[in-house]
Amino acid sequence: MSVLTREETEALIQEVLEVYPDKAKKDRAKHLAVNDPSVEQSKKCITSNRKSLPGVMTIRGCAYAGSKGVVWGPVKDMIHISHGPVGCGQYSRAGRRNYYVGVTGINSFGTMNFTSDFQEKDIVFGGDKKLAKLINEVEQLFPLHKGITVQSECPIGLIGDDIEAVSKKGAKDIEKPIVPVRCEGFRGVSQSLGHHIANDAVRDWVLGNRDGSTAFESTPYDVTIIGDYNIGGDAWASRILLEEMGLRVIAQWSGDGTLAEMENTPKAKLNLLHCYRSMNYISRHMEEKYGIPYIEYNFFGPTKIAEALRNIAAFFDDHIKEGAERVIAKYQPMMQAVIDKYKPRLQGKKVMLYVGGLRPRHVIGAYEDLGMEVVGTGYEFGHGDDYDRTIKEMGNATLLYDDITGFEFEEFVKKVKPDLVGSGIKEKYVFQKMGIPLRQMHSWDYSGPYHGYDGFAIFARDMDMALSNPCWSKITPPWKKKDEATELPKAA
Amino acid sequence: MANIMIRKDAAGSYVFYLPKRDLEDSIVSMEFDTPEKWGGEIKLNNGGTYLIEPQALPPRFPISLRARRLDAAE
Repeated sequence: MSVLTREETEALIQEVLEVYPDKAKKDRAKHLAVNDPSVEQSKKCITSNRKSLPGVMTIRGCAYAGSKGVVWGPVKDMIHISHGPVGCGQYSRAGRRNYYVGVTGINSFGTMNFTSDFQEKDIVFGGDKKLAKLINEVEQLFPLHKGITVQSECPIGLIGDDIEAVSKKGAKDIEKPIVPVRCEGFRGVSQSLGHHIANDAVRDWVLGNRDGSTAFESTPYDVTIIGDYNIGGDAWASRILLEEMGLRVIAQWSGDGTLAEMENTPKAKLNLLHCYRSMNYISRHMEEKYGIPYIEYNFFGPTKIAEALRNIAAFFDDHIKEGAERVIAKYQPMMQAVIDKYKPRLQGKKVMLYVGGLRPRHVIGAYEDLGMEVVGTGYEFGHGDDYDRTIKEMGNATLLYDDITGFEFEEFVKKVKPDLVGSGIKEKYVFQKMGIPLRQMHSWDYSGPYHGYDGFAIFARDMDMALSNPCWSKITPPWKKKDEATELPKAA
Repeated sequence: MANIMIRKDAAGSYVFYLPKRDLEDSIVSMEFDTPEKWGGEIKLNNGGTYLIEPQALPPRFPISLRARRLDAAE
């Protein structure tokens, strides 16, 4: 049950929309909805993946963020050149905490920033020469890298540099793959198109590299983890469960992943897809070209994990099915202990989420395991198919919001009064100053992992830490302070 | 003409996917569904209608095809 009735929620949306000019109101109204789990198709109630309105505060990223930051960045043994001005790469460097094993600067390059540092003359005369030089430099300085990707920033598309030609020539010279990625920031409406472009680049430049080679011996139990970016060690916490039930994980896409793993992925028997939004494209492609089925799974919270492990095991023989049951039985008492400890403290608390990718729907199960209720959720850059899947997970008359603006989000939180907000760093201090705890759910607030059974224990602890912190009762927002605060001390 | 992909779900029925619009929906009826002749007019669960040039049954699914939109849902 939600805190507000359907009518109240609808009235709330109308109230929030009231401040907009007519045209903006009409547009934003399509992106806000009251959930009705009986609706089968999201597009009947909510519009998504549209251009943000000029003038509102949106927290979306760009196509470059989707490609370099999300899909390609975590591939640890490749060097990802941010081709263009220095800022895009430097300000996003290592921000996503994609953990990896390796020696940074020797055989792994995850937290380093490589950029062609465009200057005025490169814009005027073109940056191709610089890129060619950069490729040779990289090869000299970091001879153990396995390949290079060229991640275009906006100017590359604007001045029309031919990065494909440079890449092909460079790849011949250094005898390693060089992948040009046309992920200029201005493409598309959000980072979502960047994911798609990056997936297409993988398809065109990487996936088929080892077709016909028999060097890699596959087993009937080979699976891959697709769309897990190892934030705070997520993929590792997922991987051990799969290995414990008898499967062999041959590739991680792309958290702690390598180029060789990506090239060997077509040899898998089943692709396990965690982040549907960013990697469904490549999964669909592999299903068509190589006949590898894919399955979406959810590793947040014991209920969903058990469900996911059984669904995955259903693709294999009894050996794996037994393995799944064994794993579930093994962790059951541990999970019960976690729930016994935290549920009494968290029971009945309300959460509002606004994040990207898979989390707005995937973490609902984990909150429910702790007795908490998600009263509002929304995607930064989700598409219709994400909302199709979300509607079923959310309770009746809860709020759904797509690409919510800063203003709308604040108003919703003021009215719905959740006990906890799960969103990003840009929202964090706004809400904390309002006296509402916020967990930064993009990279787990510098904690993690949250996936898998091990992750759930950390998740529960973190949510309790945020909610039970005594500071929240001490905070009065500035606008609620009494007059004494407004009387400024006189300057001497 | 639009690029579409047709796959079979766990139950063995056809699922229609239009990448450009992120439209994924079940196919409720297909004009021809025999090994010799397959395709034709297909109706989606959301009410949309598309036309696939009738052809022999594809050897395996999923398969990418070209389809013409006859009547979209929205």
